[in-house]
This record gives sequence, structure tokens and C-alpha cells, in this order.
Amino acid sequence: MNILKSGSQPVRIEQDVVMARQVARKLSVEAGLRLIDQTKLVTAASELARNTVVYGRGGDMDWEIVEDERRKGLRLTFRDQGPGIADMKLAMTDGWTSGSGLGLGLTGAKRLVDDFSVESAPGEGTRVMICKWT
Amino acid sequence: MERIPILQMGDFLLVTIQVDMHDELALTLQDDLSERISKTSARGVLIDISALDMVDSFIGRMIGTISGLSRIMDAATVLVGMQPAVAITLVELGLTLPGVITALNVERGMKLLRDRVQSE
Amino acid sequence: MTALSRQTIDAARQNEGQLLASWQASLEASGASRDSRINHAEFEAQTREFLRLLVAGAHAGDSGNIAGSEWADTRGFLDGLSRSRALQGFDSQTTANFIFSLKRPLFELLQAQYANNAAELASQLWAVTELVDALGLYTVRAFQKSREEVISRQQEELLELSTPVVKLWDGVLALPMIGTLDSQRTQVVMESLLQRIVETGSEIAIIDITGVPTVDTLVAQHLLKTVTAIRLMGADAIISGVRPQIAQTIVHLGLDLQGIVTKANLADALALALKRSGLTVTKAT
Repeated sequence: MNILKSGSQPVRIEQDVVMARQVARKLSVEAGLRLIDQTKLVTAASELARNTVVYGRGGDMDWEIVEDERRKGLRLTFRDQGPGIADMKLAMTDGWTSGSGLGLGLTGAKRLVDDFSVESAPGEGTRVMICKWT
Repeated sequence: MERIPILQMGDFLLVTIQVDMHDELALTLQDDLSERISKTSARGVLIDISALDMVDSFIGRMIGTISGLSRIMDAATVLVGMQPAVAITLVELGLTLPGVITALNVERGMKLLRDRVQSE
Repeated sequence: MTALSRQTIDAARQNEGQLLASWQASLEASGASRDSRINHAEFEAQTREFLRLLVAGAHAGDSGNIAGSEWADTRGFLDGLSRSRALQGFDSQTTANFIFSLKRPLFELLQAQYANNAAELASQLWAVTELVDALGLYTVRAFQKSREEVISRQQEELLELSTPVVKLWDGVLALPMIGTLDSQRTQVVMESLLQRIVETGSEIAIIDITGVPTVDTLVAQHLLKTVTAIRLMGADAIISGVRPQIAQTIVHLGLDLQGIVTKANLADALALALKRSGLTVTKAT
């Protein structure tokens, strides 16, 4: 897999979440994703960026436009040095169906993308990677 | 502080969301709306999201909250103009906005609200 | 990979014109230049450009590795060449031959350069072979990628054509689904239906599954997702063509249709849609 282009975006304050969405949208257009896939990725990015600001106490969004044999993709990695996820199972439950806003709702974001991975531990920060392909 | 404008059209309030909202702006809208509904005794709220190319869980919950709030204040909320990509994404996310009435566009939404008010 | 020596590279630069003429001659002899699909000026330009890039690339960087940045322009040229050849209807062999046929003129140049040094000649012949082979193979791969893009685009168009959204009446659309419903197909179809709903402002969409052989949990989920999206947008859907066997399957699988109305055939669905729209059909007499 080749990395065609890469960069990073700070995700520290609320306004950065909006910025992250816009950057994700621009990049997904550049990577050639169809409209519906762009929207899904941008929505997932919005969720994860918010997590980074609210739970991760601020971090960064690394982005890469990648390419493999047949297609291009956009990969986003949200990383922070925050408290980390103590209970991964809880984090992976659907936060919004209960309506209370609890839980990080990572499963929602996971459903919207093609590749998903999360690494986290108490005191060690969090890294969430999502990727969508054409 | 920027705010999303709320227009009054007779018994109804019309909100057109045209900017990419950060969380605080969304919450401000929520507060502003509940205040305006109360002040004007509005019977209905029309939220036009035809300009939004993305609706995430926070905005989705805000819409649900506004719908609940207005119902308590005896007003109905109608959400109009949802883009197809947004609808598909919300369904994938499992966010079905229960209790929120939707219509295809402002025209239909207004008709819905008027019919409701008239039928009472 | 063996690298081209400085001597070889300089010799190539100094004899570019000669190499070009020799290469063009051999292509002409094989008939490649007389193919009506390429006009002579284009042929001239392409051979000249490629040789120039080859020599520049070898001069600038590591001739042993064409993935490096010094070869970016060359790779770009080959991408463009392959794409245009693919679109013009050439096959991959002819396209690759365009590159491979450059070996002979290069070998002749090397033979002249290293006439007195058999060992060096052998090593440089190998270096040139490796380089030209790498570029030729890159061309084949690029050619195949172009072909695959065309096929994939055609498949999508076919997909869209095979599930047309039709307008039955003002505000009533119908989507006759035919064949098996797989995940990818349903996505594409969902999107075009939703798009048409917005464009036409239709409040009722009838999804007819008469032509769908089996309905299992997956298919039902797809249909459910589609209808939920339609409702979120402010319209509604009726599913028609639900044969008794399908109805049984739905009950058997314990699927919750969440209040979606189903009808046995399209006619019944249309009648319901008209009724909901506040319309009645009366005889003209």
C-alpha cells in the first residue's frame, strides 16, 4: 500500500471538530470517494474528533491518502494523550440508542467505515484509526 | 457570538441551518428556540437542514431534544430537507430520530404544520 | 538491481537523436507506427518524449529503482500512454512492445561503447535489460488498471440501468427490483431512489420485489434500511410483490417490518398510494 499524501490537523478545541470535518470532506473528495462514502467518513470523523476533544483532552487527526492495487482510500487516525479508555467494552456500546449520550459510540463510527481499529489503555491515551476505500 | 437566526412566520418559527455547527452553536440554537417558542407561543417549528451535508450524533440528538422540548410547549417540530446521503448515514448509525416529524421540503413542512394546527 | 554506469548514461544522452531514429525505425518495421489508431505526429511525440524521460530519469537518479521520485514523470507518462492505448483499443502486448522495442537500439549503443570491455558490456546490457523490463512491466500494469477502471465503470452503469426508478404518478415513484439483492447493489439502488425522491418531491415510493427470488434476513435488512432512510427524509414507502412464500419467510424469520405496508402486487400498491395522496380514480362516462 502506498501513501500518496499525508498531513495532520490539531483537534484541541470545539472549533477544531468543525475543521476536522471540513478537512475530511475535502480529502475524501480528493481521494475519489463517492458522495455517500464521503458523508459516512466525515460523520465518523466528526464523532471521533469530538471524542478526542471531550474525552481525550485534545489531540490530533493524522490523515493519509492511500492507494493499493486497485483503489484509493482515505485513512484518518485520531490520537490523544488523554486518560485512555478504561472499559473498552463500554466504549464499544452504542451510546446514542440509550439517548443519554454516554459511551463513546465507537461502534457507530465503525459501521460507517471499511477499516477500523482502536488502541487504548488507562493512562496511555487513545488511537483510533478509520479508513474508507473507493 | 454567532447565532443561527430564527424567523417568525405567523404561528410558526423557521430555522434554516446553513453553517457547519460546532457543538456550542447547536446548544445555543436549542436554548434560543425554546425561549422563542415560549415568548411567541409558537405552535410549530420548522427546521430546514437542506444545506447540511452531514448530521452527526450530536446534531441528531439536538434535533431530537428540540422536538421533545417543543412538544412540551405545545408546538410541533418538523424537520425538512434531509439530503439522501445524510439519511443513509443516519440509518447506518442507528440514529432514527424517533418522535421527529419529517417532510421533504419547506412547503410540505409548512402544510403539515398548518394542517395540524387547523385540526385542533 | 544493477545500475547504469555514468558512461552509459552519458553515451545515451549524447546519442539521443540516433537512439530515437533507430527505435522509431524498428517500430515502423514492425508496423506499430502504421496503425491507423495513432497518427504519425502523436507517434513521433510519444517516442521522443519517452526516450527523453528515460535518459533524464537515468541521469537524475537510481536507474535500479523506478519507484523513486526521479522516475515520477516517467511513470506519469507511462500511465497516460497506457490509458490512451487502452481507450484506443490496443492490447497490452502491443502497448508493452512499444517499450521493449527500445532495447535493441540501446544494446547497439552499448556494443559500440564497450567494444573492448566484455565484462562491462555484459553488466551494462543486464542493467539496461532490467530497466527496460521494469518500465515495460509498469506499462502493462498501468494498462490493466485502466481496463479495470473501464469495466468497473461499466458495471456501475449497468447496475443503474437495471434498476430504473419510474414515476407512476405525481408524487408516486416505483422501483421494480429484479434479480438478487446483494449489499452493493442495494446501496447503489437505495441512493438513486432517494435522490429521485428529493428531485421529484415524491412522497411515496413503491418498491416492487416481484422479481426478487428469495428474501432472507440480509435482503430484508437492506429493504428496511432503505425504507427507514426514505421516512427520515419525509417520504414513505410501500413494498409490493410480496408473494405468499415471502410473507411466510418474513414471519418465519421473525422479521419486524416496523409498520411498513406490504402489498401482493404493484396495482394494489398504486391504489393505496393514490388513496394516500387524496386521489380517486373514476370512470370517464
